[in-house]
Order: sequence, then structure tokens, then C-alpha cells
Amino acid sequence: MEALRIKKGIGDGIKEFLRFLLEKNKVDAIFALTKMQDGFSYSLIKDKKIIDDVNPFYPFMPANAGKLLSRLTLIEPLRKPILAILRPCELRGFVELIKREQGSSENIFFMSFTCPGVFSLKKYSLGYEKFFEEYKEKIKTGEIYENIRNTCKACEHFLPYTSDLTISLLGENIEEETILIIENEKGKKLTDGFEAERIEFKKSFEDMKEKREREKKRIMKETEEKGRGIDKFVRLFGRCISCHGCSKVCPICYCSLCDFDSKVHEIKPLSYEKEMEKRGGIRVPSGVLLYHLGRLLHVAISCVNCGMCTDICPVNIPISEIFLTVGFRVQKLFDYVPGKDYEEEIPLKTFELEEFTEITE
Amino acid sequence: MKEKEFKPKIVSFLCNWCAYADPRDIEEIKAFASIFPIRVMCLGRVDPLYVIKAYILGADAVMLAGCRPEDCHYKYGNLIARRRYALLKEILESFDLDAHRIKLYWVSAPESTKFAKVVKEIVEEIKKKGPNPFKEEMFI
Repeated sequence: MEALRIKKGIGDGIKEFLRFLLEKNKVDAIFALTKMQDGFSYSLIKDKKIIDDVNPFYPFMPANAGKLLSRLTLIEPLRKPILAILRPCELRGFVELIKREQGSSENIFFMSFTCPGVFSLKKYSLGYEKFFEEYKEKIKTGEIYENIRNTCKACEHFLPYTSDLTISLLGENIEEETILIIENEKGKKLTDGFEAERIEFKKSFEDMKEKREREKKRIMKETEEKGRGIDKFVRLFGRCISCHGCSKVCPICYCSLCDFDSKVHEIKPLSYEKEMEKRGGIRVPSGVLLYHLGRLLHVAISCVNCGMCTDICPVNIPISEIFLTVGFRVQKLFDYVPGKDYEEEIPLKTFELEEFTEITE
Repeated sequence: MKEKEFKPKIVSFLCNWCAYADPRDIEEIKAFASIFPIRVMCLGRVDPLYVIKAYILGADAVMLAGCRPEDCHYKYGNLIARRRYALLKEILESFDLDAHRIKLYWVSAPESTKFAKVVKEIVEEIKKKGPNPFKEEMFI
């Protein structure tokens, strides 16, 4: 693959490229993680001066950018081209949303990077800077850092599938140089005229993938043990306070009018009496198990394992680990990798004449 | 006093064009099983969420009955239902919950005897298994 080598550290190198894009009017704005006030958030940047505050590699995910891009493009596609810098899982989330007609990739150039993972948002206020040096060292060697999110440790899709430009982070000397891989024609158009050394990019990510697969198996085994059988299953979700935060941050949970926010599943007074008689008592409000199973039914098939749900959970239910475990099973059932390809249909929208014949009678 | 015999509760989603075609059947079946028929226009439009809801609220079995693969009234609704059902089963199995309590049958309209037959089968099976453990779960 063709690549550009910019002889600057990763932060400055990428900023130089972004400034070039804005100067030459190749894109109208940059969508990336930017320092804002006290923290970082995704922003659209047009002014070259603000580019200094952009840091797409900041190791936190304040929101899944796929969901944000869908918000931007839901009503109509963007009129002027922008460059969106997002993580591979966020990009996959956006692709899944486009498949559900919740956004458009028109006029968006995608830039992504080989992702080293992010910290849990819960570390945000806990003096997280002390981890940064260690984190950087791990990027250089391509190893898994133990303080990142669990789902990031188990992520085997750390290489972006549908990006136009990819920055190579893992296993690179990121303080000295920036490697920008050109994935397709769209990406090539952006880099035309940019002065940098052109190189041939060759790198094997097999051993990194293997490490992460091992980690994935370990996490899946642990989670499976936690939820086997009805008692353990109920206990797994037993702490849930029904805040529905996990569905609010989930990129795949896109319904603006959620079934579970409505009164449809509420038990009526008469039924409450009946249920109490039967069970001896009942949790109020009921429907916690239904909510989580329902979300698994609707989302697991397209779950991109970004890990927002575990991060946001106030009572520390390992939701993303559960989705990782169940998602792996159902995605294997339909042989589907969410967000890998724009063309591939969501399994529940399509069918084959001869399949699953053993489960019906 | 004689202990009351366990009569399994079966919630059934029945396709309007086949399994529900002859409601007299259902009246007959009600004699030996407490079946709660829900008529749907197509099985392909049943959100598995509602199947799970019946299961969690304590139905001993949930039965889905639709047309045979080749004669769906809407061409392929039943094939979509089959995919949804496979997904549902996989999710329940990953938590080791009893996925066998949820059944999908192909019952076409002329096979009026099949419907009664499959209900009998389910009743036999559930009687062996006993009631749904979710029936007594307080935390639902």
C-alpha cells in the first residue's frame, strides 16, 4: 500500500496535514476530537488556528463519533466536504447506521488509525495523565495496555475497514514520524500536492491480532460464567437501576422513540395484583430483564464493541462484555462482521431459502 | 384435597393465513391446554421482543406458527421469521436459558390436524419439564 511519511511526531505531523487540507480548500471542515474548555469533545473545526487544539488520538471516547456523524447527516447529506477523524469502531458504527438509513457518507472523507484502545471514561477525573507515558510506550511496541477498556483489549477490528486514509500508530516510532496510509482513490485525492516522502507500507498485524484474540477468549469465558443459568442471569442484571443510559450512548440503538421509554411494557395495576400473588412480590418498575434481552435482540447482531455502555453504566454492569460474548455468537451464526462493508445487508433484513432447517418443525 | 394438575400455559403467535385459518381448532385445543392465541398478519413482523416478553412473564411455552417456507402469503415473511427465531434462540442459549420452551412450527392451512398435534406435543414436553422458572422470579 502507498503511504506518506511525515518527518514529525504524530501530533504535529497530523496537524500539518490538516492545515494543508484547510489551506488548499480540499475540505471545508475537520471533524475530530478537540480540546474544549476543560475536556475533549468531538467538534467541527473550520478555523486553522484551532487546529492546534485538535488531538484525534486523545485516549478517551466521550461519545461514539458514528452516532454524532449520523446526527449531522440524518436529515440531509453534508453540502461541503469534511474530513472526519474517528476510531475504527466508531467508523463501523457509522457504517451500520448508514445501513439503517440513519445517515449519509456523502461528502465525508474518513480518516482513521490503527487503534491502541481508549481508557474508561471513569478514569477521566481520576488523574489519568499519569497513565499517558505508559500508554505511549505500549503503542510503540503494539502491546495491549492493561488500563484500557476491556472491550478495547479484546478488539480484533483495530484496523479500519472503510477509511480513506489510515494513520499507522501501533508499532510505530510515533515521536519521530507520522505514517499516513492511502487506502483508496478518495484518499489519494486528498493527499495530492502534500509534500512528504512517499513510501511503500508493509506491516503485519497478525501477532497483535492474535494477542487480542486471546484476550477476547478470556473475557468471553469469564462473562459466560457470570451469566449461565437463570439465577446467575438474573443476578447479572440485578443491579440495573433502569436509567437506560446504555441505550442512549449506543451507536446502534438509534430509535428516537424507544419502545422501552414508552408505556407499552408497563404492567397495569390489575396485572400487578395478579403478578404479586403469583410471585410473592415484584420489582418496581418491572421489565429490567426484558429491557436487556430486548436490547440484545435488537443490537447484538450489529454491536461494534465500542464499550460506551459499560463506561456509562452507573452500577458497573459489564454490558459491553455481555454484548461481546453474545454478539460473537450471533454474528458467527449469520457470518456477519458489523460495519465491515457498506454493501453487506444486515442479516435480519435478508434471508436464504435453505437455512436453519433443523430448528423448525 | 387433590393437587391441581399442571396445565401448561402456551402463548401462541398464529399467522392469520394458516395456523389461525380455522379457529374451531383452537376451541378444541383449549380443552386440554390453556392456549392464548394471538393472531398476527404475518409471523415475519413479530418482534422477537414480544416472544421474550411472554417467556419472561411466565408462559410455559411460546409457540410460533406460520406458513410453510414456499407458501407464505407475503412471499417470504416466514423466512424472515425463521432468521429472527434463530437469533432469539442463540441469545437465550448463550445465557443457558431454556430455549426449547420457544417453538417455531410450519403449519399450512390445509393441515388442520397438525395444529392440534403440535400443541399436544408441546403439552407433553412441558409437562415433563415442569413450569417456567421465571414464573416465580420476583425480579423481572
